[in-house]
Amino acid sequence: MADFGFSIAKTRSVKLSDTDMSKYRQLLELVPSFKRCISCGGCTASCSARQFTDFNIRKTHCYFRRGQYDKLEQELQKCMLCGKCTLVCPRGVNLRSLIINMRQILTNTNEIIG
Amino acid sequence: MENFSPFVLPFVLGSIALLVICLYKYVRWIRQFDRLQQKTLLKNIFSIKFLPAIGEMFRECLLHIRISKKNWRLGYMHRSIAFGWFLLIFVGAIESRIGTKGHFHYWVAIFYRYFHQVPPENHTAWVFTQLMDLLLLYVLSGVFLAFVKKIKSKLLGMNRATKHTLMDKAIRYSLWGIFPLRLLSESVSATLYHNGGFLTQTIGNLFSTNVASFLEMPFWTLYSIDLCVFFVLLPFTRYMHIFTEVFLIYFRKVGLREHTKMTGFTKFELSSCSRCGMCIDACPLYKDLGITDVQSVYLLRNLRNLEHHKDIIAAGKNCLICHRCAEECPVNIDLMNIRRISRDKGDLDIVNSYKYLQKVQSFNAIGRVAYFGGCMSHLTPGITESMQTIFKAVGQKYWFMDEDKSICCGRPLLQQGFNNQAAELRRKNTDLIVSSGAQMLITSCPICYTSFKKEYKLSIPVLHHTEYINMLIEKGMLKVKKSDLKVTYHDPCELGRGCGIYQEPRKVLEAVANLMKTKNEKENSLCCGMNLGNTVISLEQQTTIRNAALDNLTAPGPDVIATACPMCKKAFKHGTTANVKDIAEIVVENLEKNA
Repeated sequence: MADFGFSIAKTRSVKLSDTDMSKYRQLLELVPSFKRCISCGGCTASCSARQFTDFNIRKTHCYFRRGQYDKLEQELQKCMLCGKCTLVCPRGVNLRSLIINMRQILTNTNEIIG
Repeated sequence: MENFSPFVLPFVLGSIALLVICLYKYVRWIRQFDRLQQKTLLKNIFSIKFLPAIGEMFRECLLHIRISKKNWRLGYMHRSIAFGWFLLIFVGAIESRIGTKGHFHYWVAIFYRYFHQVPPENHTAWVFTQLMDLLLLYVLSGVFLAFVKKIKSKLLGMNRATKHTLMDKAIRYSLWGIFPLRLLSESVSATLYHNGGFLTQTIGNLFSTNVASFLEMPFWTLYSIDLCVFFVLLPFTRYMHIFTEVFLIYFRKVGLREHTKMTGFTKFELSSCSRCGMCIDACPLYKDLGITDVQSVYLLRNLRNLEHHKDIIAAGKNCLICHRCAEECPVNIDLMNIRRISRDKGDLDIVNSYKYLQKVQSFNAIGRVAYFGGCMSHLTPGITESMQTIFKAVGQKYWFMDEDKSICCGRPLLQQGFNNQAAELRRKNTDLIVSSGAQMLITSCPICYTSFKKEYKLSIPVLHHTEYINMLIEKGMLKVKKSDLKVTYHDPCELGRGCGIYQEPRKVLEAVANLMKTKNEKENSLCCGMNLGNTVISLEQQTTIRNAALDNLTAPGPDVIATACPMCKKAFKHGTTANVKDIAEIVVENLEKNA
């Protein structure tokens, strides 16, 4: 790796060349509007579940985008699908569809419902 | 053997096959009923509730009253074929019973003109002969209309007819063949035996005796074979609805309902669909977006045939749950429920997802009303603020259940097929409401309202805020003044078609403003496109649907567009420069100040 004069702790780095991005690509096919996401966090700010627990939908889909799929499914189960995130999203991302499809892909990659 | 000829064999065998297959299917489906449905059926099987079912069977299976009310040309077409054919069989059976004086086999009624080779002997026989011809003409007029509909469905008031499968097409042609073949067979027999009525004898006189005796056997054989084809195909095609609808009406009358999973009752519903295609024209996805393969008729067909697994899923999820098709369906099939069943999430639907809600405490609300704004109302604070103003104006103590932390009602999950997860949220909310001791539940969101009203089993009254405000105004507790504002009202899908609340919002609006009529209102109101039911269509497509609804609302030129749903309000607000307000907000603006 080239020396840029600074270093990143190993735990915080993502090696994209070694990551399995197939699930993310699959997600983009199912929810094309996700391409528009600018990670502004409006979804998390409006989230109903967020008011009770530390569920963070923005964090979850950011992890998904980086191919870090660990424990995401358990996290996503906390969502109540109420749809506030979809309504506030300034980029028109269909977040409900995104959540259902993320869960579907993480649980069972053979059959896509949602 | 008397009254027998080999050509009746196809008909006899076909009718036996039909009976056996239908019986097998029905018995199997009834055994697939769940515990509760079986119990209800056993308890009510001989109850008096059966009586109104007979009337409905007659009206809907034969006369097709509901379809006539929507479209009289289609109604005539269905009635002439169904009721006409029924009478043809019924009157034919009486005629042959009288004519044969006891030497009666059931096929004789169908092929009476072949077996009864003498001209009408007396007045009664003459009247029957003419009557049978008249009935045949009646049925033929229906077949002619069906043919016209096939060529150009617009002539019969349908923009788009169903695209049928090969089997459905085959049986349609066999049905269309039956009556012209019967006409021809009876006509050639009339040439030979002079036993025809005004129609068959006239046609029969065109044939010479030689030609007629040559054609007689082939025609009657073809007629018999065509009946056989129709009977054998019937249980596997859309015409299964002819018999199944009778059972469905009976089951509904004795109180059977569908539950969250597919049971035998759904099988009856699926087979009761005649694939008439009325749901296609009604669907906003077709009307505004031109999507033609996801409508209820196709979903039901795929579910019934259990084929095209991918298509079932695709069709199942691409739906707004706007209830338009369910409103339009002449068989009154619970289409929204079937759609929900098709979305069942299976393994994804996990129990105990919401452990974090355990900590939420209830509130002592004895003597108060509980107000549930709903998730969406938190994005339109104008509605919740107005409701609080109204509570204060009438001196009603209230408990704002979800003022700063809102638990979803569970309906959005249920709509997407997460039954267990939805049930968990319902249990939590029920606990909160019951332990609070509140005397009434008022909600501002039609989605929550539907959920509390239909899916929760609460012992206290559940009111949508428009109902509540209307009650306050009627009791004289809330003093409002009538402004000269011109408003149009948008019926939200879940509130209107879903729960049948049409009058209360209108009464409230008439008390505070001048309500204008729109072209599509009440049952025919258009969806705002933002409905949570659909997770497939894009924002742009939703916008197209919304614009169609907006055009309808702005056409009369109102000052304000009124709705009763936070979601519809939000949808319209983004799409128009006109004022969009909730009913509660309009009421608050027109409160009598000194009251």
